Amino acid sequence: MKAFAALYAALDATTSSNAKLAAMVEYFRAAPPADAAWAAYFLAGGKPRQLVPVRQLREFAMRAAGVPEWLFEESYQAVGDLAETLALLLPEGAGGDDASLAEWMEERLLPLRGLPAASLQSRLAELLAGLGTLERFVCAKLITGSFRVGVSRLLATRALAEAGGVDTKRVAQRLIGYTGIGARPDAASYTALLAPPEAPLEREDGLPYPFFLAHSLQAPVAGFAARLGPPAHWLVEWKWDGIRAQLVRRGGRSWLWSRGEDLVTERFPELAALGAELPEGTVVDGEILVWKDDRVQPFAALQTRLGRKTVGPRLLAAAPVVLCAYDVLEWEGEDLRRRPLAERRALLERLVAHHPHRALRLSPLLQGENWEALARQRESARALGVEGMMLKARDSAYGVGRSKDEGVWWKWKIDPYSVDAVLIYAQRGHGRRASLYTDYTFAVWDAPEGEPQRRLVPFAKAYSGLSDAEIREVDAIVRRSTQEKFGPVRSVVPEQVFELGFEGIARSARHKSGVAVRFPRILRWRRDKPAAEADTLQTLAALLPE
Amino acid sequence: MDLVVPRPEGLYCPPGDFYIDPWRPVARAVITHGHGDHARPGHRHYLAAAAGAGILRARLGDIPLETLPYGRSLRHRGVDISFHPAGHVLGSAQVRLAYGGEVWVASGDYKLEADGTCAPFEPVRCDAFITESTFGLPIYRWPPQAELAAQINAWWAANAAAGRTSVLFCYAFGKAQRILHMLDAAIGPIVVHGALEALNAAYRDAGVALPATLRVNDVGEAAALRQAMVLASPSAQGSPWLRRFGDYADAFASGWMRIRGTRRRRGVDRGFVLSDHADWPGLLAAIAATGAGRVFVTHGSVPVLVRWLAEQGLQAQAFDTEYGEGAQAEEAAGSETEEGVAPQVDVADAEPATPPAKPGGEPAQ
Repeated sequence: MKAFAALYAALDATTSSNAKLAAMVEYFRAAPPADAAWAAYFLAGGKPRQLVPVRQLREFAMRAAGVPEWLFEESYQAVGDLAETLALLLPEGAGGDDASLAEWMEERLLPLRGLPAASLQSRLAELLAGLGTLERFVCAKLITGSFRVGVSRLLATRALAEAGGVDTKRVAQRLIGYTGIGARPDAASYTALLAPPEAPLEREDGLPYPFFLAHSLQAPVAGFAARLGPPAHWLVEWKWDGIRAQLVRRGGRSWLWSRGEDLVTERFPELAALGAELPEGTVVDGEILVWKDDRVQPFAALQTRLGRKTVGPRLLAAAPVVLCAYDVLEWEGEDLRRRPLAERRALLERLVAHHPHRALRLSPLLQGENWEALARQRESARALGVEGMMLKARDSAYGVGRSKDEGVWWKWKIDPYSVDAVLIYAQRGHGRRASLYTDYTFAVWDAPEGEPQRRLVPFAKAYSGLSDAEIREVDAIVRRSTQEKFGPVRSVVPEQVFELGFEGIARSARHKSGVAVRFPRILRWRRDKPAAEADTLQTLAALLPE
Repeated sequence: MDLVVPRPEGLYCPPGDFYIDPWRPVARAVITHGHGDHARPGHRHYLAAAAGAGILRARLGDIPLETLPYGRSLRHRGVDISFHPAGHVLGSAQVRLAYGGEVWVASGDYKLEADGTCAPFEPVRCDAFITESTFGLPIYRWPPQAELAAQINAWWAANAAAGRTSVLFCYAFGKAQRILHMLDAAIGPIVVHGALEALNAAYRDAGVALPATLRVNDVGEAAALRQAMVLASPSAQGSPWLRRFGDYADAFASGWMRIRGTRRRRGVDRGFVLSDHADWPGLLAAIAATGAGRVFVTHGSVPVLVRWLAEQGLQAQAFDTEYGEGAQAEEAAGSETEEGVAPQVDVADAEPATPPAKPGGEPAQ
């Protein structure tokens, strides 16, 4: 645990990716495989199922630190992280514990799951007594599972590849499933991650390929030709607003994986049925969409299909899904990812033609003489229910994550909806924003200006979009203009107006305002605008789709 | 009767007709210490501890200042006024007021651990105690100074061995001198930013032993600079002044560095948990040592400390003050002060009124 805690401290002490990479490589080279197995698991984003209920952990921290619940809550609000609050509140520990990371995980932490409250409390006290403040913090992080230290999965993958002398893409492929829920890393699985390149890939288990992700393109269209060359070098498609997924058909079975590498086959029986129709050894990459009345339905319709294990016939009829296919990654059992996109697209078109199915649609290619023509076409995106366009280099290989070295995909999104809203509540943030008021609730008026009785109605929460300097300024304003405190939330004098952007809007019975917006964020601070001139519920209603 | 009451101008002593650390100009001001939110310009008469005279003059110029050595008492309109070390910065004092059999102590800002650069905190028995609460949460606990000194020197030595300059951001008055006092000058040259030098001089004049310091232009060769420890005020962070140090390592020294989020927001490699204020155990110990039955809490985690003390059976209440306001004004103007990173509380860890180096420009030397 000590070596791993020291690695955590080193990663935390620098903002440089190279320094983080070097620290991880050094750790992986030195650590025994059983420890490295767990370190790789956490750094690559693995998260064990809840080991200790949060309530129990808070209970423990309060008791061990001798603070009442209200004071614990105040402390937590200032720190913004449960594991850190616990580490800072507990009296100094002995710090003499030398058990390895693997021993900590396998013999100490994993067995905590399911312990009755009383023995859990005494066991936690026993375990944490031997740790210093840093080790305690890291240990509590392992328990809470919110292990963020500014290391992306790709960076962890690169570190493993470098430590083992194996190609990064191969490690990325092997890492699929390694961090899955219920995975139990050990020395053998770690050694397999870094096995020599000639070791065969085992693909019978239905694992997908690491998803290739697009970069955002936000530039005036006038510069496109100079930057991207002519449109003929690109495959252009709509950017669909659904769930990215790979449908895998191998060994007579089908698996549907979402981008978070969650297995979602059971939630989409239509697509499981589609899988059964595909030829053996096929992997299709595409977007899960609700498709009805010959058009894509808003994301809100897809949300009705999420979070349910069983899907009844009524829901299936109300929100039928399709896989809108845009790439084929495996064909007749062969990995096609190194082939140019144009070639994969031709294969995909053949596949769709030979296996017609009502749950399989081909994402159409869009044509344009030049970028300006495509830009004009893009203006119809909102009416069509899509988010903009995707530009994919014809000769690009299918990369890993946001890699850029073998061709790139761009997402060219339309401008979001926007309204001017008033800041009414603020709450302190987490992580880097701990203690600052950064989580805001915004409201619009329920009637036009001039109505004497009109009131502000909350309609969206937003956390992002302000610069660090603006955050500090808003924080000071929140503290200065607090009206009331409800636990961690403060209501503020409704004076500050912000332009909020969002991607979609739908009616909602659950929200006081009657609407729910998708991906709200702050576009800019309208210091020029008095609150009375902020937008109204009527403005929002006008944006609702028919 | 209450010997201290809040007034719009500041904390006021009715029988003595004077204010303690007033934030608006008044006829008679009793000053606890030289930080800008406590010692403001414009009063017609100042009374302060003799040990802080040099600092006050360096910062406020030629003010009508009367001083009193620690422990010596002066009677004004029947109120016996005396100063007792607060251990916060050079010249910092708790103000003891005795009148009609009542004893009140206004502590200003204070810290319990002796740091070697100012007279250490002395508990004073009283009936009513006015305390700050900057770090009034149990998450704030300071490591001993010796441990911090070892951490800072080890960081410096490791950087020097790797040929990287160490840049440590700290407040110009109090914190900087305390760090200088902790540094192991055998590791390499010590360079200070211009904004710190006037205060270093005031400390040296007062007889505080500080190691020899250089200005950046005094360091001849680049090689020597790469071994150096550079102390700079926080406003220098991100300024062109730092470019000359090339690929330097940087750190920030403040009590707020105890929280990972504040350290990461600072964008420095290291945070050293070094404060001139009392930590949570320190606040509680100081309050207990006074034996006071009534406690007034000012600037910081006021509601938290008031509630805690009330639950312990003390008669505790809040005093609204404007300490830290200067810092807020500066923050609004866009300059970096400790207030800028102060989470949770409404007051600076220290030193809001240091003449700041202009962000983005060569600092005034």
